Amino acid sequence: MQRGSGDITRRFGGLIAVVALLAIWELASLLLRSVALPSPLEVCVSLFKMGDTLLIHLLASALRVVYALSLALSLAVPLGLLSKEKQVDRLLSPIIYLLYPIPHIVLLPLIIMIFGIGEASKVFMIAMIVFFQILVTTRDASKSISEYYIYSLRSLGASKMDVYKHVIFPACLPKVMTALRISVGTSIAVLFFVESIATSKGLGYLILDCWSRMDFAAMYAAMLTMAALGFALYMTLEKVEKKLCRWVYL
Amino acid sequence: MLEVMRLRKVYEDGTEALREVSFSVGEGETCSIIGPSGCGKTTLLLILAGLLKPTAGEVWLNGERITGPRREMALILQDFGLFPWKTVYENVALGLKLRGCEDRDFVLELLRRLGLAGFEQHYPKQLSGGMQQRVAIARALALRPKILLCDEPFSSLDALTRESMQNFMLELWHSGVTFVLVTHNIEEAVFLGRKIVVLSRRPAEVVKILENPRAGDPLYRSEEDFFEKCREVRGILRDVLEG
Repeated sequence: MQRGSGDITRRFGGLIAVVALLAIWELASLLLRSVALPSPLEVCVSLFKMGDTLLIHLLASALRVVYALSLALSLAVPLGLLSKEKQVDRLLSPIIYLLYPIPHIVLLPLIIMIFGIGEASKVFMIAMIVFFQILVTTRDASKSISEYYIYSLRSLGASKMDVYKHVIFPACLPKVMTALRISVGTSIAVLFFVESIATSKGLGYLILDCWSRMDFAAMYAAMLTMAALGFALYMTLEKVEKKLCRWVYL
Repeated sequence: MLEVMRLRKVYEDGTEALREVSFSVGEGETCSIIGPSGCGKTTLLLILAGLLKPTAGEVWLNGERITGPRREMALILQDFGLFPWKTVYENVALGLKLRGCEDRDFVLELLRRLGLAGFEQHYPKQLSGGMQQRVAIARALALRPKILLCDEPFSSLDALTRESMQNFMLELWHSGVTFVLVTHNIEEAVFLGRKIVVLSRRPAEVVKILENPRAGDPLYRSEEDFFEKCREVRGILRDVLEG
């Protein structure tokens, strides 16, 4: 009996969760009877009606997030890994301590003045916020690697490069991947913010546009799409992590 | 011939790990280094391996001064020796790969000899403590070293596995490998070391060097001489701790 119920949650856990959420939503919209909360069915209909429009906005948003995450990752990981070097850490630490806690989002006006109102400023804004999240995690991970792993490798005749390749990078990889997954949520939140200003493409823009037109079903469709974007990125990263860090999941 | 001459090590933070340590290990000999825990034994071994620079003193191997890791020496650390992100095969083949001479057949043969055949694609986490230790030994042996430096290699193993690993070390010695073994286990030091170096508390100094010519015989473990030697070492260590 007990085993049977375990099987059910394992196989259908996701499905049950989705159905339950939809049921709560439906119930809430029935109880509230407000135009601001349309029923899931209405939203679904408008999701299909919008079709191509939605896809164009989705693509614009997805590209911004992917570019921003790639940019942040490619800068934060090398810097974080190099923090294993005492000299690098002595320079980098004060900078991180000073710059990390300030809310970077308030720099948006400055960034728009520097990069203009095009794609660059949006990507840069997201990348900057995520950069610090990944940098801090990677730096902590690389600093906490036991010196004995390095001794062990060097005794095999390893060069400095080998130490990074065979010890520091793989040892930090699980933490980097976790940081990246967490920053998906952050990047989508910042995405909404940057797409609310000076643009006519992207899901954030679409949400605000529908809102101003009081087209609530379409607004929810756009919100759902944005959530789906975050979900898809998160799941993809989780798959990649399981593949790259097999040794963690034994 | 490994010669350790007046080694002294003071760390950057002012911790004095070694005050003055000198001894020598002849070719084809075995040497146990024993002392209270935290006395700087690991520091000493890392210096011998060329991984740490001594503050003063020198280490010479067959007439050459050691200034960095040497191919003829291999190091086996207690923990953190194996890389959890590499499979058994990758761990063992790593030293050869780094030196640009990966030899698949030799590595597989080595794993077979150590009873690890069939586990090539496993990760260290999937193996028992004894097997992990054999992987660490296999990795060191893959480089065909003349001298093995071991830091408490068997301290996390259960008694029987430990004894079988100790017997394995003797086989290695009979096949021509010299080893220097750091331990805080008296029986292990006496069973494996034909020379026993007793260190003081930190900062370490050599308290006594004992000759132990019966070590190397697998039957030594159950003989009266063995227990006598253990008693002698225990007495010296007790004086170290009390004095």
